[in-house]
Amino acid sequence: MNLHEVFISSINSIRQNKLRSFLTLLGVIIGVFSIISVMTAINVLQKSVESNLNILGTNTFYIQKYPAIQVGGSAHWKYRNRKNLTYDDYLKLKERYSGPAMISAENWHNGDPIKFKDKQTKNSVIIQGVTPEWEFSSGYFLESGRMISRTDMEQMRNVIILGQDVIDVLMPQYNPLGQTVTLRGVKFQVIGTLERKGSIFGQSEDNLVILPLTTHLKMFANRWTSLGYSISVIDMEHFEDVKEEIIFHLRLVREVPLTEENDFEVVSNTSLIDTFNQITGAIKVAALLISSIALLAAGIGIMNIMLVSVTERTREIGIRKSIGARKRDIRNQFLLEALVLTEIGALIGIILGVLAGNLVALSMKVSGVFPIQWAIIGVVVCSVIGVIFGTYPAVKAARLDPIEALRYE
Amino acid sequence: MALLALTNVTKVYQVGAVAVHALRGIDLMVEKNEYVSIMGPSGSGKSTLMNVIGCLDTPTSGTYILDGKTVHDDNIGQNGNGKLSEDELAFIRNQKIGFVFQTFNLLPRITALHNVELPLIYAGIHKKERIEMAKEALRKVNLEDRMHHQPNELSGGQRQRVAIARALVNNPSILLADEPTGNLDSVTSREIMKLMDKLHDEGNTIILVTHETEIAQHAHRIVHLLDGKIDRDETTPKGNS
Repeated sequence: MNLHEVFISSINSIRQNKLRSFLTLLGVIIGVFSIISVMTAINVLQKSVESNLNILGTNTFYIQKYPAIQVGGSAHWKYRNRKNLTYDDYLKLKERYSGPAMISAENWHNGDPIKFKDKQTKNSVIIQGVTPEWEFSSGYFLESGRMISRTDMEQMRNVIILGQDVIDVLMPQYNPLGQTVTLRGVKFQVIGTLERKGSIFGQSEDNLVILPLTTHLKMFANRWTSLGYSISVIDMEHFEDVKEEIIFHLRLVREVPLTEENDFEVVSNTSLIDTFNQITGAIKVAALLISSIALLAAGIGIMNIMLVSVTERTREIGIRKSIGARKRDIRNQFLLEALVLTEIGALIGIILGVLAGNLVALSMKVSGVFPIQWAIIGVVVCSVIGVIFGTYPAVKAARLDPIEALRYE
Repeated sequence: MALLALTNVTKVYQVGAVAVHALRGIDLMVEKNEYVSIMGPSGSGKSTLMNVIGCLDTPTSGTYILDGKTVHDDNIGQNGNGKLSEDELAFIRNQKIGFVFQTFNLLPRITALHNVELPLIYAGIHKKERIEMAKEALRKVNLEDRMHHQPNELSGGQRQRVAIARALVNNPSILLADEPTGNLDSVTSREIMKLMDKLHDEGNTIILVTHETEIAQHAHRIVHLLDGKIDRDETTPKGNS
């Protein structure tokens, strides 16, 4: 009896018991669905992280008091007790370091609306104070007007550059340049506008305004204010060297003893992606665990249903044996039935999982993915489960004595 | 040489601590194109003998040769192929024996044609040839027009004719019918027996197990079993003519 015949006959017997087959499949579907949907979603995130998460630009790293993403909360006090990164430290660092890199400092907050005539923005607008070097490290480009200048810094001028979202809200029909807006009761002159940047993870990148850092600090600094330094390396080849050197100089500026670790965090794209992978890795392990348990349960369900099926079809087995079916014919028939069952489950699980996972892509407006390697793993694992849990019932069927099987009512 | 030769065949079942002697030394020869009935009261060993002849079961001792092939021989050891394996027995059932059962034993939910095809599937015959052979077998039993019906859409007589077609499809050495009319009314029984007679006339060797004298009289020879032994072996009026 060839494989094709066995396959047709197993499809038939699955069709003859539609409801039972579906219920048996459900376990496999859930198991495969959970792993595929999670992996698809993570793949979508990863793809968008790798293409979009150049928050800092590939040639930029960032120094700040707290880590970018904190995994676990126990170390919080360690970070809190660090000295703030100050404007003074920044000036000293710049004075000491003269290598091929632009160092900028910035500070931001939100919660203050910007007012223009009778209109005002929401509190969510980011108000960011920057140094002139920000131009090179930020990834933002001017649409019109000019950037923050050294003179703006020195004189703590009340000048402002607007992001596109802010313009949309305050003055869509005006030329923003030269207009006057109000921030916490202080008048600011608009000297520039930024090009639209779009959004990352569904969050707009254009909902911000830029002030000279000195002005920002004068107005908004308090005892918790700690600046971020962003260092833009001119030649990528020297990225690691520059990083080492800057860390060295900053330690001197902040008088960190040789034996102590850095009292600041260095964040780069690679370190962000590392942290991201660390988190998604944990999610992957969890998904793997859940689907393993689901698939194990599904396997037991399949074994159960196949045992029922063997008992129900004892007479059929007897008939088949009486007309010449060998042991292996019967065994293959039941084994393939279990396999076909699990594979159908795997297929449905993969389709549903990929659809669900790509809903994430849809919501984030990035292109969809098909995690081919996980789909293959899913099919392989299901095959293994089908074989493991299908073998015992199949062997049991093959071993039936033809005379007794024929007599079975 | 006889088509089928049983020499001093015994069969002992172990039921718990008790040994049940179902066959106590059977000597039986059946020639090609013979038409034999096996009769006997229940418990006489009819079914056991049929199972042994049909290679569903093997003797405890004795020799059984079917169509020149040794199925069982005590004097030849395991390695000399005096005792066939389960798969070898399955092969003999597939090639040399056509079963007709009292309860028809068709597979439900597949068509008559597919039921008749089954032995050919296990024989590894290709689909095209297989379907032709199955159709031919159904033609022999006059059921060609019903071949796409499932068993539950057929009458008892029609089902038994499908079963007979299935038994014939491999051109077996013997047709082994176990109470083939046991589940049929008298009119249909007569029809089926007419078909059996016709098949015998066409050259088939038929062994008929029955407890009905009237049915047994269709054969040319009746073997009476009693307590696991052959009690009488007689030629019927048909056999004399």
